[in-house]
Amino acid sequence: MGDPVTLHRLQFAFTVIYHYLFPVLTMGLALLIVLMKAFGLRPGGERWNDAARFWIRIFGINFAVGVVTGIPMEFQFGTNWARFSRYAGNVIGQTLGMEGLFAFFLESSFLSLLVWGEKRLSRRGHFLAAVALFLGSWLSGYFITATNAFMQHPVGHAVGPDGALRLADFGAFLLNPWAIAQYAHNMVAAVVTASFVVAALGAFYLLQGRHREQASLFLRLGVACGLVSSVLVAFPTGDRQAKLVARHQPATLAAMEGRFRSGADAGLNIIGQPDVRDRRLDNAIAIPGALSFLAYGHFSSDVRGLDEFPEKDWPDQIALLYYAFHIMAGLGTILVGIMLLASLLAGAGRLERSRPMLWILMLSFPFPYIAVTAGWMTAELGRQPWVVHGLLRTADGTSPTVHGGTALFTLIGFCGLYLAIGILFLFLIAREIDRGPGPLPGAAGQVSHA
Amino acid sequence: MHEVWFGIAVFLLTGYVVLDGFDFGAGALHLFVARSDPERRQVLAAIGPFWDGNEVWLVAAGGALFVGFPRVLSSGISGFYFAIFLVLWSLILRGISLEFRSRVHDAVWRQSWDFFFSCASALLPVFLGAALGNLVRGVPLNADGWFELDLFTDFTARAPVGILDWYTVLVGVFALAALAAHGGAFLAWKTDGAVQRRSRAAGLGLYSVVAALWPVLMIATTRVNAILLPAFASRPLAWILSAGALVGLAVVLHALRAERDFAAFLGSCTFLAGLSTATAVCLFPVMLRATGDPTLSLTAGNAGGDLAGLKTALTWFAVGMPLALFYFVVVHWLHRGKAVAAADGEGY
Repeated sequence: MGDPVTLHRLQFAFTVIYHYLFPVLTMGLALLIVLMKAFGLRPGGERWNDAARFWIRIFGINFAVGVVTGIPMEFQFGTNWARFSRYAGNVIGQTLGMEGLFAFFLESSFLSLLVWGEKRLSRRGHFLAAVALFLGSWLSGYFITATNAFMQHPVGHAVGPDGALRLADFGAFLLNPWAIAQYAHNMVAAVVTASFVVAALGAFYLLQGRHREQASLFLRLGVACGLVSSVLVAFPTGDRQAKLVARHQPATLAAMEGRFRSGADAGLNIIGQPDVRDRRLDNAIAIPGALSFLAYGHFSSDVRGLDEFPEKDWPDQIALLYYAFHIMAGLGTILVGIMLLASLLAGAGRLERSRPMLWILMLSFPFPYIAVTAGWMTAELGRQPWVVHGLLRTADGTSPTVHGGTALFTLIGFCGLYLAIGILFLFLIAREIDRGPGPLPGAAGQVSHA
Repeated sequence: MHEVWFGIAVFLLTGYVVLDGFDFGAGALHLFVARSDPERRQVLAAIGPFWDGNEVWLVAAGGALFVGFPRVLSSGISGFYFAIFLVLWSLILRGISLEFRSRVHDAVWRQSWDFFFSCASALLPVFLGAALGNLVRGVPLNADGWFELDLFTDFTARAPVGILDWYTVLVGVFALAALAAHGGAFLAWKTDGAVQRRSRAAGLGLYSVVAALWPVLMIATTRVNAILLPAFASRPLAWILSAGALVGLAVVLHALRAERDFAAFLGSCTFLAGLSTATAVCLFPVMLRATGDPTLSLTAGNAGGDLAGLKTALTWFAVGMPLALFYFVVVHWLHRGKAVAAADGEGY
């Protein structure tokens, strides 16, 4: 526990997992808000504007927490991972810098106009503010994913005379195939999260019998976007991501699947508990040949097990990695099922009267958050024991002058601060939900600039 | 190329000081120049639309250092570990206070957040000033370019030094006075009524303190860094920038008395920008000064990133920075004129 590497990892993991709970919603919600505002531009679209106004308030609270918990992330590369920063800064500094310049300036400039500027702007102007936030947050997502993709699958770099990495091919680095696959997978997952949250609140209001007209809009938009996005998460984006892992991180794939021995006709383990000491998976239930097919496109392909890799190159948390991957994949499948069922009912015009379905939608909103967190745990635990895959080990990336006691102090500080922020956040969100959607205050005397 | 990136880093950090400086200053004065809830909402309406964008300048400066001078960024930020987290936590507390405060209509809720907001806003200039003080005084860099600093030792500015000693605390206090005065000038420009009157008075009083402290700080600086004064004497660019700071100071003192508030705010911006850039010109090319062997200092030359990477970065910087400035102009244009306290549920 006093080991500095472990403490640095715990602090980064805690702060980044906590941080991402907010942008995962705001990135998805930004797209849904653009859609609502676009419907609101049409004649008679006032109820869509009311819907957007409510979700912009939720967005504003989430965005604020996302901003403040995001500031420490960039700085922790330097505070806790100084040797990694010195080693890779010339390369990953490119995308981190571009994120600030192209994404953060755009988002931060137009945030308050979106959240508080509806009266100040024309309808079209307010729509454009929503578009600016959507563009900014999706650009930000790309730059940070490209940074992570370099750590997962480094391309476009060379080793300089001082042993540090230098940029050799900017295009290859920026358009890393890993970044493109991971970005697509990640962004549709953000849309899934927002869709489930929007649909869940619609279901909640309908079950309560409040805000019926708005609830029906939330439900329709949430289920429509939720169906499309939850399918896209699995195929083609998740599938593409899995194939990249199989090709470039074969030891990680073996650990994710609890596959200790190599062989053809690899089965996909649905349930089982990895026993790392005895190198076996207990109580396994597997679909024969499915892993071979998913990884390489043939049911009989050989899939390498952990026995083919030296133990020092194994991910160090095999059991946790295995569970994270299976929770993500399992929940992802369940989410598709829920949205498929809801869409069928909606198609038959019975969704709003089907109380069991409304209950399911209302209660399932935590699942995409859990799936997304588990997905990122899969990516990051799977990258171990490397901080830059194949080039720099995590243990060699820490700050040389920061000892365990110091790192524990800041980790405890973050736990306390973030606990308080979490409680306040839930309190404010509960108030907004209780207040519900409504017309623009003082809108009667408003002059339309449009 | 390394000189260019040194310039970009200085430009972004100066932008940060001038811009986030006015909302730190407004925050530090918040409890004093605004007493009732409507008055406090005037202050918050004045800075609300800008604070987040102003903070991005810090992130952008961090990005420029990351790509341009990875050795400086990694040594500096890990060496100042404690101070960095105090800054980050204050920034978090401050952002949360601003964003959460007016969402609940309750006097106790709002007064608590006003208090946190004002404290965090006052602490941040002290930390940032102390950080600048550390760069001027130097840090105990070793042969591998790393250093470790306690938050404080015996406050003497002699080895072993701490992040806080009499000199860095003095710079911190100066920074607090200067940024609070700057915030006063900003509020005098953007508000009206009682808040404007009190902000003007605060700006004037604090700028008088700044004018009195400035020579003290110069003398103190020669005691901890013997190179800075000769460097100043031999660099005409530093003379021009210091003269600019001096003119800015004269303008702000005169214009606040004459109630020409926009001119006063511009004078205030000029003073801060002149002072920051003149200091940077005197320090150049040193970025992290070593307290021991001067050859261990990290400079723009020996700590710079690879040239090809910097050329690439210059290309996207040249595209991105004008865009950022364009958003800046649009947002300030849309929020031109006096800030008006928002009604409940409609703003900061």
